[in-house]
Amino acid sequence: MVDFFFYLFSAFTLACGLLVVLSRNPVNAAVFLILTLLGVASLFVMLQAYLLAAVQVLVYAGAVVVLFLFIIMLLDVPESARKRFKPAVALAAGLSGLVLILGVGLLVSGAETAGPEAPAAGVGADLKAYGEYLFTSYLLPLQVTGFLLLIAMIGVILLSRKPSAAADKEPAEAKTR
Amino acid sequence: MTIGIEHILAVSGLLFVIGFFGVLLRRNTLVVFMSLELMLNAAMLALVGFSFFNATMEGNVFVLFIIAVAAAEVAVGLAIIVALFRRRHTVQLEELVSLKG
Repeated sequence: MVDFFFYLFSAFTLACGLLVVLSRNPVNAAVFLILTLLGVASLFVMLQAYLLAAVQVLVYAGAVVVLFLFIIMLLDVPESARKRFKPAVALAAGLSGLVLILGVGLLVSGAETAGPEAPAAGVGADLKAYGEYLFTSYLLPLQVTGFLLLIAMIGVILLSRKPSAAADKEPAEAKTR
Repeated sequence: MTIGIEHILAVSGLLFVIGFFGVLLRRNTLVVFMSLELMLNAAMLALVGFSFFNATMEGNVFVLFIIAVAAAEVAVGLAIIVALFRRRHTVQLEELVSLKG
């Protein structure tokens, strides 16, 4: 039964991921991205990482994709026209894709012999463990991440100011100082 | 459960390849950015899989950090795309070739 659900969710995730790349309308791509992220979240649940599944749905499917949709609507991007790929790009993509698939195949066939057994209860299910790790061994990365979020916020505010208004404002500010 | 780590790695690898092709072949900057998110999710899935099958917490904690960094990355990236659109009035990659030699 668990196997069936794993295959179901994997197929769902991969199919939606493929549709993200293939759909010509960016809005459709964004909606399929939500479905892909929900599929990944369901795979997280199967791996007993319940907190990560919840965070995935809240942050990724909730905030990130809504931001994407908002920007798509704001820019009003037209549907991409069907155009032929440049031969060099197609060749490079095909070659590197082949290498990637080969690598994945090798990795998977190698892991089959050396893969560890699935434990009865995943450690990821324990919420306390996250807090313990975040506030002991990973305290510095946690603080750096918080600082990174602050920097990103300031950067976005700076980037999204109107360029003309910024150019007018800066000399005026310099004068008052 | 007969699912091994190789199954998780296969799904994660395939998702990564899908995102990789999206980044290389799509010409809309926004769709390329979404494909990047797909690749990031593939890496996250692999990390959670490793964490589950090795009974360690490290992978799960990494994924928590990755989600935070990805959210910041998307905010900054989309702001850059909006700034680009204001200046050049396009988000199609084949029209943004000022740096091409």
